[in-house]
Amino acid sequence: MIQPETEWRAHLAQGRFMLQRSRSTGGYVFYPRVAEPMTGAEDLEWVEASGRGTVHAVTVVRKKDPADSYNVVLVDLQEGPRLMSRVDGIAADGVTIGMAVSARITEEGGQPILVFVPV
Amino acid sequence: MTRNSGFPGGKAAIVGAATFGIGKCPGVAAVDMAAQAALLALADAGIALSEVDALYTSAPYEALGGLELAEYLGITPRVTDCNRTGGSAFEVYVQQAALALDAGLIDCALIAYGSNPASNPPTGVGMTRQSAWEAPYRPLAPISSYALATSRHMHLYGTTREQLAEVAVAARRWAQLNPEAAARDPLTIDDVLAARMVSDPLTVRDCCLFNDGAAAVVMVRADRARDCATRPVPVLGAAHAVTHREISSMPDLTVTGAAISGPTAFAQAGIRPADIDVCMVYDAFTITPILFLEDLGFCAKGEGGAFVSDGNIAPGGGLAVNTNGGGLSCVHPGMYGLFLLVEATRQLRGEAGARQVKDAQLAVAHGNGGVLSSEATVVLGRG
Repeated sequence: MIQPETEWRAHLAQGRFMLQRSRSTGGYVFYPRVAEPMTGAEDLEWVEASGRGTVHAVTVVRKKDPADSYNVVLVDLQEGPRLMSRVDGIAADGVTIGMAVSARITEEGGQPILVFVPV
Repeated sequence: MTRNSGFPGGKAAIVGAATFGIGKCPGVAAVDMAAQAALLALADAGIALSEVDALYTSAPYEALGGLELAEYLGITPRVTDCNRTGGSAFEVYVQQAALALDAGLIDCALIAYGSNPASNPPTGVGMTRQSAWEAPYRPLAPISSYALATSRHMHLYGTTREQLAEVAVAARRWAQLNPEAAARDPLTIDDVLAARMVSDPLTVRDCCLFNDGAAAVVMVRADRARDCATRPVPVLGAAHAVTHREISSMPDLTVTGAAISGPTAFAQAGIRPADIDVCMVYDAFTITPILFLEDLGFCAKGEGGAFVSDGNIAPGGGLAVNTNGGGLSCVHPGMYGLFLLVEATRQLRGEAGARQVKDAQLAVAHGNGGVLSSEATVVLGRG
């Protein structure tokens, strides 16, 4: 069987942000799993994401030192799935709902991490 | 009605209810508190411990908590559950106990819970793990998830921080009428707005308490209920819906599973939201009563902010909401759902003292678990 998270992270480590897509339904899936939710379709293949998305919801986690505060967002991907991420390249509290964003793969703690930047 | 809904409405009743150790309960284990609350609820009902043949609990730090409490009490239940639907577990237990009682599988159900995280902070590994798909972004669990839902509600419907603060202030005003409530000092809208921001737009005053507390209720069939020491509180409807685990997978951030469980439970009971006298809705954060009032049908989607304004859910307002002071000002030891049921029971029995809702006939207790993930609605009447 496929190894959903392991394979996704291997792609990310190689600089690719991948989604799953069902060959039969055409539906995109994130987070990765063994079958498409709702349909149960198991004919999932890896496809590269467009990386384009829109901020659906946003919060700012406040720290004692304002410089340490950071945003947490939900992004609606152009392909349909929604995921949690962060918008870099902008003040922590500068992110607004509806903002167009684009995916970037960066490194944090020695691990690749998917973030977004304003378009 | 009951045949169509599949729920045996009115066939079972809550006959005992108790709280214990609200606020600070040091020097004991969580299971001590659950057992103490259980014995108080059984005494309230006038039922012997030996009669209990079904046990429902959700231990805070013990995955096998159902087994633990059965052992502690020295009972041998036919049905034991320690479900993991978070704070909604106890409303789910009422549903399950009503079904098992009606089927004749059991004769006496005990639902109990105790937790003292304020006095006895949990050590070691917790019972939930962070989502691999969310953890890298360091959301504060669970407040950032509720904050994200709040941001969406504000964006779509113009809900304001002042309206969120109204929820906290209303809870505090009810708490001031409840000697058992933990937080009773004055609280104003401005206090909430000026409080320390934790995860925008929610401040520390938009968050529930994190204190100690235990509660228990006892359920039997309606025929047995007539012989109990208290006025029985019949279970008229109970329904549950799960929509997701993590906030990133919530189908619609402004519509909870209460939009499924609520109408189902009201239909089982054959009533409408407008018939409700006492509305107990899980207030983990100030946004949650707004969402649940909408989803349960007390107002239209998007109008929850306006609904809670001008003291409408405070004492003397249009709808009595969270009359014990809620999770925001009375008690929230991690999972709050059972306290909703106890307060609804006390109101329907007319035992709520200074906060008593006059001639309360119908109450709803709506539990929430996870991050708006699990929603369970119980409709209670007056026997």
